[in-house]
Amino acid sequence: MTTSHESEKETMDTSVKPSSLADVAQAKPTKVPGTRALGTGLETRGVHAWFGKHHALSNISLDFAAGTVTALIGPSGCGKSTFIRTINRMHEFIPTAAMAGEVLLDGKDVYAPGTDVTKIRLQIGMVFQKPNPFPSMTIGENVLSGLKLAQIKVDNKDDLLEESLERAGLWSEVKDRLGAHGGSLSGGQQQRLCIARALAVRPQVLLMDEPCSALDPGSTLRIEVTIRHLSDTMTIIIVTHNMQQAARVSDYTAFFLSDGGPGQMIEVAPTSEIFSRPQDQRTENYVTGRFG
Amino acid sequence: MSVQELLIPKPREITTEPRFSDKVFRGVVTTGGLSSLLLLGLIALFLGYRGFEVLRQEGIGFITHADWSISTDDAGNVLESHFGLAAMLVGTILCSLIAVAIALPISVFCALFLNFYAPGWLKKIMVTIIDMMAAFPSILFGIWGFLVLMPSVEYWAKLLHKYLGFMPFFKMQVPFYTRSPFVAGVVLAIMIIPIITSVSREIFSQAPLDRIQAAYALGATRWAMIKAVVIPHGRSGVIGGAMLGLGRAMGETVAVFTVLNIVFQINWQMLLGAGGNVASLIILKFGDASPYEIKALMAAGLVLFAMTLIVNALANLIVRTTGKSGR
Amino acid sequence: MSTTITAVPTKPWQASKRERALDTGIFLAAITTSFLVVALTSMKGKLAYFTIFFIAYALLTSVFKATQRGSAAAKDAFVNSLVAIGAIVTVIPVASILDTVLRKGLPGISFNLFTHDMALATPTDPLNNGGLLHAITGTLTMVAIALFLSVPIGILTALYLTEIKGRFTGPIRFLVQAMSGVPSIVAGLFILSAILYPITKAYSGLMGSLSLTILMIPTIARTSEEVLNLIPNELREAGTALGGTQWRTVAMIVLPAARSGLVTAIILGVARIAGETAPILLLTGGGDKVNPNAFSGPMGSLPYYIWKSFNAGSPEAITRAWAGLLVLVGLVLILFTSARYLGSRKVAK
Repeated sequence: MTTSHESEKETMDTSVKPSSLADVAQAKPTKVPGTRALGTGLETRGVHAWFGKHHALSNISLDFAAGTVTALIGPSGCGKSTFIRTINRMHEFIPTAAMAGEVLLDGKDVYAPGTDVTKIRLQIGMVFQKPNPFPSMTIGENVLSGLKLAQIKVDNKDDLLEESLERAGLWSEVKDRLGAHGGSLSGGQQQRLCIARALAVRPQVLLMDEPCSALDPGSTLRIEVTIRHLSDTMTIIIVTHNMQQAARVSDYTAFFLSDGGPGQMIEVAPTSEIFSRPQDQRTENYVTGRFG
Repeated sequence: MSVQELLIPKPREITTEPRFSDKVFRGVVTTGGLSSLLLLGLIALFLGYRGFEVLRQEGIGFITHADWSISTDDAGNVLESHFGLAAMLVGTILCSLIAVAIALPISVFCALFLNFYAPGWLKKIMVTIIDMMAAFPSILFGIWGFLVLMPSVEYWAKLLHKYLGFMPFFKMQVPFYTRSPFVAGVVLAIMIIPIITSVSREIFSQAPLDRIQAAYALGATRWAMIKAVVIPHGRSGVIGGAMLGLGRAMGETVAVFTVLNIVFQINWQMLLGAGGNVASLIILKFGDASPYEIKALMAAGLVLFAMTLIVNALANLIVRTTGKSGR
Repeated sequence: MSTTITAVPTKPWQASKRERALDTGIFLAAITTSFLVVALTSMKGKLAYFTIFFIAYALLTSVFKATQRGSAAAKDAFVNSLVAIGAIVTVIPVASILDTVLRKGLPGISFNLFTHDMALATPTDPLNNGGLLHAITGTLTMVAIALFLSVPIGILTALYLTEIKGRFTGPIRFLVQAMSGVPSIVAGLFILSAILYPITKAYSGLMGSLSLTILMIPTIARTSEEVLNLIPNELREAGTALGGTQWRTVAMIVLPAARSGLVTAIILGVARIAGETAPILLLTGGGDKVNPNAFSGPMGSLPYYIWKSFNAGSPEAITRAWAGLLVLVGLVLILFTSARYLGSRKVAK
């Protein structure tokens, strides 16, 4: 226990203070689907989404390999956020929402009749755009709140607390004030607290909806490092407007675009290829900054 | 492109099977929400049911006649009865209109003062005082009005009659000033000032800041700015607030009962010490009423309920629609 | 060597000494005018001083501004005076009420007031006979029962409006607002006709509590709805995304986050009903003895005690009424202040 922790802490410590953006990219190992049997297979097949009559998303088929980070990029309003919200069934909270297609988690359709929605959301965690720690809870309570919400019993809460905060890269900063309120942390720390909170229920997939858009560059870097570390043990899908961020943290990148109609996926490929040799002219225009 | 459009599938039926605990939760909350809906219906139903007999016997006369009398024999059987609310209705309307007429300008000026004139510390203190005033019990206003305010108000009434007696609404034949609708109106005005002030303050504070600054930048004085930006923005909201105050004034019981001389005679002279009020009538007659008269009081309660409900519903509608359009 | 110029902060937009002196001059002139007019004409009284001072001040400032800056400035100055009058007239009654209650109520406050009831005394007895223990216990009992009944219904209604948002949201919100305008006497009549006459056939504290419940529900429901609407939707989403059911999310995240606001709503509801008189007069029978049982027998209460003493009319009885009012106002002010305190804490967080 101690040894594994120490070694983990060492790796954390070296990467906790990245001196430049290049360090993040350097820490990134190359990953190919199927090379690691970590996490869970997640696949979407022909997913469409509507808000009332408005057709927001059309025919998205994507395969997310276990243990990889996939970045979804594209201009505003192209349906990226809608897409990841269909994956953990948060989409249906909008009263007029509808969808078509299948989302397969370990080969099972999450929209199949009789599925327990709350179980799905336990397996597919989510981190939101704005940090949103629960205001009535302390830091420690926030991390463990998922267990209480889903009524999961664990034997050793302290270990889980430490492990989750450690994985989110926050342990060393908050270990002495776990009883303080979540609101007392800085914005970047709050977002890592929210990541720790999502990790505590041990999801196999983590959805991140522009997790750094409300943060300063330093905090952004910290979170990117955290994402790289997490991808060893889980599948991550991250929506981002920041193309450098996509290039730094992701193994695969999917480019979404809406030409006035519903959002579509134009292209998906290993990240290095999307940024160096895009197949589609529209992708090239976007990644080279000619529009968007 | 056209091929793809043909391939758009039908939306799936999303079947969300809520957990048992959620079904219970939604059930309990919906029941709770509906129970307040139910209560209001029950109030109308029961008052109508109890008062039905009287309403049927008196017909439209219940609100157009002005006498209230009942005679029974020794066994308690009703020999003759006349129940007419007209005097009380006129009194209710007169008193509450006087109250709104006095309270409205004071409240609007006070709200303007709080929003555009008062320094921060003074505003904080005054808002607290005004909110506190709204929480004072009505019996306090009643007794204070009777023992402290009434002597001064009678004196003001005499002045009004002396100097402004040529105006139709300050006319009176008999110089009897004690416990007049005017006194009740002043007490009610003090009670509804906090309501109208806080609604107006709320509405004025939503006046668009960019337009306020634009007015100042054009060289407007503070009053010119208020006239050009704030008043047009808040006019209907203030009217809504005044109607909320009217509704409160119409339903007020104890405070009016203490300061008003209740007479079963239609009286539009506001300085004359004779008036009426539906709510006070109920308190006045309840103590020694026979079972049949109680039914008449229930019917009176139903009329009062309907009146206040309509005024309040209209007021809320006005306030809410202004709040929306203001944004 | 050039001399260094240190900048001194000034506020050139503030009134200069000369302007302030002029303002004071106008103020004093207006006061003098009011004294002169009252002395030279047949007018008299505080009202006369006040009115003439106001008219004189408004006219003097307007005329002065008109000579300096023209008619727009004159109108502005006139409205300045009007607005100030509005604020002063609003505050005067509160000051007068608090002053009167303190001055007339304090002589009636004594130790035995809180230890005795009126079972062996009448309102016209000397003040050291009897007290208002029965009224305090009665009011507290009735308010407690009303709380017990109205808090669940009020908060459930608010939750329906903010969390469920079902088919009845529109009508319920509209009717809750309309219900907050129901005159208290109508609530009393309703309980009388729906429960007291057909079922219990006797006055009791419970009947009073039921009518207070009806009056309290809309206050709690409306204020709670406002508080719950302030809870950001992201918190609800985060709770659901962590695998919480709606029930767990509301119970563990939404309600705790809104807790102090909900307490404020409840306290405001209590402040609204603690002094409610009309339905109490109809329903409780107003006993003179401490009655611990709300379900049977007449029950005293502060408003009833005040009402009864006030109507007895003798100087002792009136003093009793003022003492009762002082206790009631004290109670309402304590509730109001604690609601304020909790409310401001919610904002500070």
